Amino acid sequence: MTTRLLVGPFNRVEGDLEVSLDIADGQVRSAQVSSSLYRGFENMLIGRDPLDALVLVPRICGICSVAQSAAAAAALAAAAGIAMPANGRLAQNLIQATENIADHLTHFYCFFMPDFAREQYASEPWHAAVAGRFRAQRGAALAEFLPARAGLLRVLGYLAGKWPHTLALQPGGTTRSITPTEKVRLSAVLREFRAFLEEAVFADTLENVAGVTSWPALVTWADVRGGDFATFLRAAAALDLHRIGRASDVFLAVGAYPGDTGQCFPAGVFDGRSGQRTAFDPSAITEDVSHAWLAGDDALPPARGETRPMPDGKAAAYTWCKAPRYGGQVVETGALARQVLAGHPLACDMIAGGASVSARIVARFVEVARLLPQMERWLAAIVPGEPFCAQWTAPEAATGIGLVEAARGALGHWLSIERGKIAGYQIIAPTTWNFSPRDAAGQPGALEQALAGLPVAAGDPSPLVVQHVVRSFDPCMVCTVH
Amino acid sequence: MNLFWLQASGCGGCTQSLLGADARRGVLAQLAAAGIELVAHPALGEASGDEARALLASAAEGTLPIDILCVEGALLRGPNGSGRFHMLAGTGKPMIDWVRMLAAQARHVVAVGSCTAFGGINASGDNLTEACGLQFDGGEPGGLLGADWRARGGLPVINVSGCPIHADWIVDTLMALADGALDETGLDELQRPRFYSEQLVHHGCPKNEFYEFKASAQKASDLGCLMENLGCKGTQAHADCNTRPWFGVGSCIRGGFSCIACTEPGFEDPGHPFMETPKVAGIPIGLPTDMPKAWFVALAALSKSATPKRVRDSAVRDHPLPLPATKKRGRQ
Repeated sequence: MTTRLLVGPFNRVEGDLEVSLDIADGQVRSAQVSSSLYRGFENMLIGRDPLDALVLVPRICGICSVAQSAAAAAALAAAAGIAMPANGRLAQNLIQATENIADHLTHFYCFFMPDFAREQYASEPWHAAVAGRFRAQRGAALAEFLPARAGLLRVLGYLAGKWPHTLALQPGGTTRSITPTEKVRLSAVLREFRAFLEEAVFADTLENVAGVTSWPALVTWADVRGGDFATFLRAAAALDLHRIGRASDVFLAVGAYPGDTGQCFPAGVFDGRSGQRTAFDPSAITEDVSHAWLAGDDALPPARGETRPMPDGKAAAYTWCKAPRYGGQVVETGALARQVLAGHPLACDMIAGGASVSARIVARFVEVARLLPQMERWLAAIVPGEPFCAQWTAPEAATGIGLVEAARGALGHWLSIERGKIAGYQIIAPTTWNFSPRDAAGQPGALEQALAGLPVAAGDPSPLVVQHVVRSFDPCMVCTVH
Repeated sequence: MNLFWLQASGCGGCTQSLLGADARRGVLAQLAAAGIELVAHPALGEASGDEARALLASAAEGTLPIDILCVEGALLRGPNGSGRFHMLAGTGKPMIDWVRMLAAQARHVVAVGSCTAFGGINASGDNLTEACGLQFDGGEPGGLLGADWRARGGLPVINVSGCPIHADWIVDTLMALADGALDETGLDELQRPRFYSEQLVHHGCPKNEFYEFKASAQKASDLGCLMENLGCKGTQAHADCNTRPWFGVGSCIRGGFSCIACTEPGFEDPGHPFMETPKVAGIPIGLPTDMPKAWFVALAALSKSATPKRVRDSAVRDHPLPLPATKKRGRQ
């Protein structure tokens, strides 16, 4: 007998999420993932001055707002054919990396770990250590993490004025040059945050953490270690979280953090089933609306995409989210994809048997451990007195694509300008990829695949394993449906 | 006091801003110490799925008392008043129905952010989703609950506007409510707490020397005053961003970009490109509201003619020219 379990409102994610599970014989047979909010940002942008996109798009999402700004700025820069000076690029990298690190740790401390502190795990030997530290809202870790996070966000105070919703990121660079004394102050901010990471989070140096090369080595590393990452790893190993939550095992990254020679984390597509890596080609992307409350027939490339809501409903539809596909395939995006495509040995080892809850969490920590030293280098490379921003001139007619990596994965903005105004704007956010519904061919989205097959006890109204798998993607639903 | 938090149609950015509050043990501990218990919050609470539905139901019935209801995000009334553009996930009910039910039970209701206060960015352009605020639709009284609505405690909706809010604005509002220290006289005509709305963004502006001399920026990253050319509304916008910096160090103008008056109703549709100043005969139309325009123009002309070369040149650069040397003085 198949029973249906509705999990929603699915809290401790950003935005509105509903997950519907068909359960039979103690297993999830199939899952439907639904986003229940429509706002219509893409249509709000039509007819506006091109630079107005920099005001509107960050407001899609309060937790990825800088990534949205950066994607818009990149699309505008591509449309106008301008390049940014080195200081502007370094400052944009620092701004994006700050949001990325803050988001990864906010996910871990505020959204993901509280489930391990729940009473349902009270009989587990690791529970006592976890409960006091990670309980939702009250865990002792929050009293350390939140002030450390606020301390890190001073990077944005200096370089971007505020967060979220800054206008500092521009097509030609950033609006805020820094003085030599501010550069000194920023290095002090980064040192303070490094100390928090090396004491509370890792109980080891960032370089040692980034140097771990395999899952067995990581388990050994965590064995008798203090720090919150090791505490998670011991619980995760006991719960076998490295064996659940596999999605399509095709990983997509569009590339992050440009430098003089290439990007810090490169673009690419890796098919974990065949072991094949291919170059990323934006023209392989289409969006399908067969199961969304949106009008349209064939899957369209985003440059020709449209967003026409059907608020009175549509047969077979169950979400406001489109279904983006890469060459027709369902892909997974996020820190795990980035680190796999960057060739990090631990990330590559962790997907050898398929992606998992643990692989996604571990990849975020690998990324944090790699990014902060990178931020130190970017800051050191800033030359006060040199320019931060190239001048923008609006083109009368142009198109541009802005591709960046948000904390949660690949983010793309497709812009067209006609008669000096925005004529078309399409956005594909990371969680649009990960939490997409079925497409016209009936292929379930990445999370829908990851949930299928999970063991679920009959009658359990909120199985924790479902909570772990869903949150392992760190969904951002407000970006998903924009 | 029980604090119940709902997220309507918004970006969650006000909660993200709240988490960055200046508090030595974090904002959650700070609120707890003030006697404020966060009984439900979609991004921070333990409850999910059936547990979260149970909390909503008991709050709607009144069995879970709500001292403060915070709503974050615009209220989507569309299509055709049904509210179906935003269904509260897992409940089969539109968010606007939940907001009406919970507001009816709450002692105080706080609109967190400009979306909730006035409609905000959601209401931009054609406003297909029929977004509005709790008690305002743009600058017009009304909104979802109606102009005459009052919470059980007697106050109208308290509008902590801003896109996003500065963390202190909401923290101080909540702590004042917990202390019984906020009454109707503490709210301005748009129902915003006066402690932050009775200042102008212009107060404490780090570009004041450029403003005084009307030494204006021409393009992004220039140091000069942003008002004449780049759309800055700091002299008109109500907020204390430049005397209460973000993360202790920043503000929009400190970040080198214009104030877009995000605490004001209708900021989302200024009627001109955000980063351009509309002008008539070369004179900006958005001058400070409480001085005669002719005086402003005359003063501007005078101060422009008196501008030191250092200030005039620095205004169109992205790092300042050296200050003149301090005059040497003999020993007294």
